[in-house]
Amino acid sequence: MMLVIAALFVWAIGWGINIWIARQKPGRWQSIVSAAIFGITLILMWELIVRGLEVSPVILPPPSMIFHAFVTNKMTLLLDFYQTFVWGALTGYAIGCSAAFLTALAIDRSDFLKRGLLPVGNFVAALPIIGMAPILVMWFGFGWESKAAVVVIMIFFPMLVNTVQGLSATDSIQNDMMRTYSATYWQSMFKMRLIAAAPFIFNGLKISSTLALIGAIVAEFFGSPIFGMGFRISTGAGRLELDLVWAEIVVAAIAGSAFYGLVALGERAATFWHPSMRKQR
Amino acid sequence: MSGFRKNVWPVLVVVAVIIALWYAFAVVLNSNWAYDKAKRGGYELTFTELVADTWTQKKPRLPTPDQIGEELWKSTGARIIKKWDRTEGKPFWERIAKVAGDPRNLLRHVWLTLSATMLGFVFGTGLGILLAVGIVHNKAMNNSVMPWVITSQTIPILALAPMIIVVLNSIGVSGLVPKSIISAYLSFFPVVVGMVKGLRSPDAMQLDQMRTWSGNKSQVFWKLRLPSSVPYLFTSLKIGVAASLVGAIVGELTISQNGGLGARMLQGSYVGTTILIWAALIAAATLAAVLVSIVGQTETVVKKRMGFVK
Repeated sequence: MMLVIAALFVWAIGWGINIWIARQKPGRWQSIVSAAIFGITLILMWELIVRGLEVSPVILPPPSMIFHAFVTNKMTLLLDFYQTFVWGALTGYAIGCSAAFLTALAIDRSDFLKRGLLPVGNFVAALPIIGMAPILVMWFGFGWESKAAVVVIMIFFPMLVNTVQGLSATDSIQNDMMRTYSATYWQSMFKMRLIAAAPFIFNGLKISSTLALIGAIVAEFFGSPIFGMGFRISTGAGRLELDLVWAEIVVAAIAGSAFYGLVALGERAATFWHPSMRKQR
Repeated sequence: MSGFRKNVWPVLVVVAVIIALWYAFAVVLNSNWAYDKAKRGGYELTFTELVADTWTQKKPRLPTPDQIGEELWKSTGARIIKKWDRTEGKPFWERIAKVAGDPRNLLRHVWLTLSATMLGFVFGTGLGILLAVGIVHNKAMNNSVMPWVITSQTIPILALAPMIIVVLNSIGVSGLVPKSIISAYLSFFPVVVGMVKGLRSPDAMQLDQMRTWSGNKSQVFWKLRLPSSVPYLFTSLKIGVAASLVGAIVGELTISQNGGLGARMLQGSYVGTTILIWAALIAAATLAAVLVSIVGQTETVVKKRMGFVK
């Protein structure tokens, strides 16, 4: 009981500090510090309440136990990460994004194809494509190939739609100017249209980066070798090894946000000229 | 006529090409099995025989669209008629109950998935809107919670699904609720992000106008912030409802004994009947399309009534 009261006390302190921070002069540090305090408060409360109420670790393990599982199972987690993220998600991401990009370039010259493919692409992008996973696992086997295939299918249409939209982002005045310079199709493509399309392309890349990891993990629920993040999560939950499952989720969270962060950094470097990237006042 | 030629005709052509490719792929992917059978039977296959065989196999690697259509009819309409005829002579309500409770009827699984999706969607959206209101009105909350909400969009929260279900099962919560919880948290985050954006969308001039009229905080909220957030809300709702459906389906993969579209897919992948998986997949796709278009239609009507569309 003492621990639960301590948890409430921690909450009060954390919240008090955050309210105090919110009253200070606004600055860049404010939100970062505030978010960090909130996160630490939550983890401390989790630990104290789980221990205080003696919640069984098969329902909710305390953070210290998850950290312990994370450290002791480093090699397992690394193997799973390698199988699911590097082989499944990244391969699929590379193939899917480049296939969609090349398709977009191919259909760019035909107005007819654009009109036909865009509504179909938009429709498919809203469907629960993850349901294709069992079929692809049957076709490509239990290995990482089937996971990459799921990722390719999941990200193809969002990426295609975004790239096609980006390629039509230049307006007729700009196109006319390139014609005045008697630029060829490829010259105007590389020197103007691809650059103007970059914000849209990066939007597609960012959406795809989150979808890729989800696709690779969920596809493993349908069948996988005896390692992989999705495999570990589904069997670990079944065997009530929840500390290991949580450790795997921590890995997935870190991998997912790092991947997204890298793409976002690339976007910052490539589209520094775009108004949304300029320094906020 | 020109509108048709410009907008509908290309889509029809593309769809027709996709279906033609589908039949071609069916021949390629299923030919192994056909050749195998011919070899064992000791006869040669002509091309027409090969095509005919690959399009009518019982357990093909890729079923043709007409096979999937047939399976869809067999597992919906035909099942209802069959069950109805078989319970001849029983009281009317009992017959209805028998038809509705038929575990092999695909429509029952659609209903199971839909009810979990809707329950989760309503809760997720409601909680999302409440949190967004809190974030907009409380600076401390904005500073501390908002970065986590944004980060949570980049992590695969769907990976939590099996654990949530197993844990809830072990403390005695089963059936519809665990699936809905997954649906709820998948629709929760897009709604929070969209609503925060929407509630902040009134610009300084509009807010000043409200101050000129000495509007208090609740008046500013009800008469300015909430109405201006509606377009943002609907964009989030469209993402949220599709995400809810995915959540419910993935939830059903873990507790397949209760049925649902996800359970049908898993069952199909265990026994190796691709037609069953494809039928469930088409049902899920139709459900997603219907749900998204309902939200889209509501959006059009509401926006028109509120004067967003001129």
